[in-house]
Amino acid sequence: MLFTSCAFANDPPSDRQEELRNLLKHDCGACHGLTLKGGLGPALLPENLQGKPDDFLVSTVLDGRKGTAMPSWRPFMNADEALWLIGVLRNPK
Amino acid sequence: MTKLLPILGLFISFNVFAELRATGDLAVVIEREHSSALIFNTSQHKQLAKIEQLGDLSHASVVFSRDQRYAYVFGRDGGLSKIDMLQDKLVKRIVQAGNSIGGAISQDGKLIAVSNYTPGGVKVFSSDTLELVADIPADAGDGKLSKVIGLVDIPGQRFAFSLFDADQIWILDLKNPKKPDITKFKDIGKQPYDALTSSDGRYYIAGLFGDSGLAMLDLWHPELGIKRILPDYVKDDEKLPVYKMPHLEGWADTGDYLLAPAIGKHEVLVIDKRNWQLVKAIPVAGQPVFVMGRPDGRQAWVNFAFPDNNQLQIIDIKDLSLQKTLTPGKAVLHMEFAPRGEEVWVAIRDDNQVVVYDTDTLQEITRMPAQTPNGIFFSSRAHRIGL
Repeated sequence: MLFTSCAFANDPPSDRQEELRNLLKHDCGACHGLTLKGGLGPALLPENLQGKPDDFLVSTVLDGRKGTAMPSWRPFMNADEALWLIGVLRNPK
Repeated sequence: MTKLLPILGLFISFNVFAELRATGDLAVVIEREHSSALIFNTSQHKQLAKIEQLGDLSHASVVFSRDQRYAYVFGRDGGLSKIDMLQDKLVKRIVQAGNSIGGAISQDGKLIAVSNYTPGGVKVFSSDTLELVADIPADAGDGKLSKVIGLVDIPGQRFAFSLFDADQIWILDLKNPKKPDITKFKDIGKQPYDALTSSDGRYYIAGLFGDSGLAMLDLWHPELGIKRILPDYVKDDEKLPVYKMPHLEGWADTGDYLLAPAIGKHEVLVIDKRNWQLVKAIPVAGQPVFVMGRPDGRQAWVNFAFPDNNQLQIIDIKDLSLQKTLTPGKAVLHMEFAPRGEEVWVAIRDDNQVVVYDTDTLQEITRMPAQTPNGIFFSSRAHRIGL
């Protein structure tokens, strides 16, 4: 239980969560698909992320991936927010 | 008098069922999150119908039958839907792949081709029945299937498309649909992300994400192979991040000039079609997505990727300068000109609106509701090459 509450301690406030969800849907969705089943970018469904550690995914989001079309999203979110988004991807509602 | 009565009765009963409708001035507006398409009368700015259950339309495009009765909608989920715009109904819907990006209709209107990401390739269907006519896996020779992008119709009952993962351009000749003939151009440049054909169908040009410049094929001289345009334009280390890939289909093909979005630079490129040299790079508000020419070639309208997607900029072709910046709303995704260009319709996703501008005064004419619109397609596209 202690671990769970720690993991959520840095969650963004609820209005920011709304913005991030909107960003995920539309702007990440531009390449990864509105349903996250992939497009020009790979699928981001829970099974696709399995085995990929959080810090690897956070750095992919924040710094992009060289040699691919994945840009750096650092201007639009911090590490805690990226981590929260990855949690949303791992456990979609 | 008794002879006339039955005829009169016939007229009355016909009127009860439907008003006569012409389809040459209709538009299909895609609602990305509602899996639906709205049919509009563009002369009256009036919504006529809503067609639902079209699957995942988060990325979608539409082509029209040459009689302008049917609209074919290509959805992200591999769905291909045939809509009857005379009767406001979905005639047939198939799911032909797992993940698709767009499609095209053949020169004679009898074939519909779809470009797929998964499984990578092109499938061709009868426009009448949507039955499979040809299946062209994009196998570049290593057994792996490439995502296919930039599929367009070109003269000679052919289609052209590009292989994103394999750096190739293929020409698919379907004069005999039972024996498709493919011509392949290899090593065209890295990661072609979209392509277009010039409005006369002569040039096929692919934008390159992983390389500088554009790959151009002169279809009048295929023996010359691929020519790289603007090879030194953007060096890799100075590229800005791209939050949405530009779309090339709407490139402004105006007289001697071709206007194109730069990639990784906030500029619109003006290329001279006579020598393929850069005439000018016009600084704009963000990463351009669509650079669309007004049909008379006097203006180009430009929209942008996130985070600058609340703006629209208008370039005056007369002196290749910015004429005006508009802020029509949140998330300007697409625009479409009336066939002769007096109006432009603009899809504003987050404001749930389609905004119509007068392209002469640049004033708003009206706003019409649509849920998260992401694409506007006028039925006048039916008679244009490469759309």
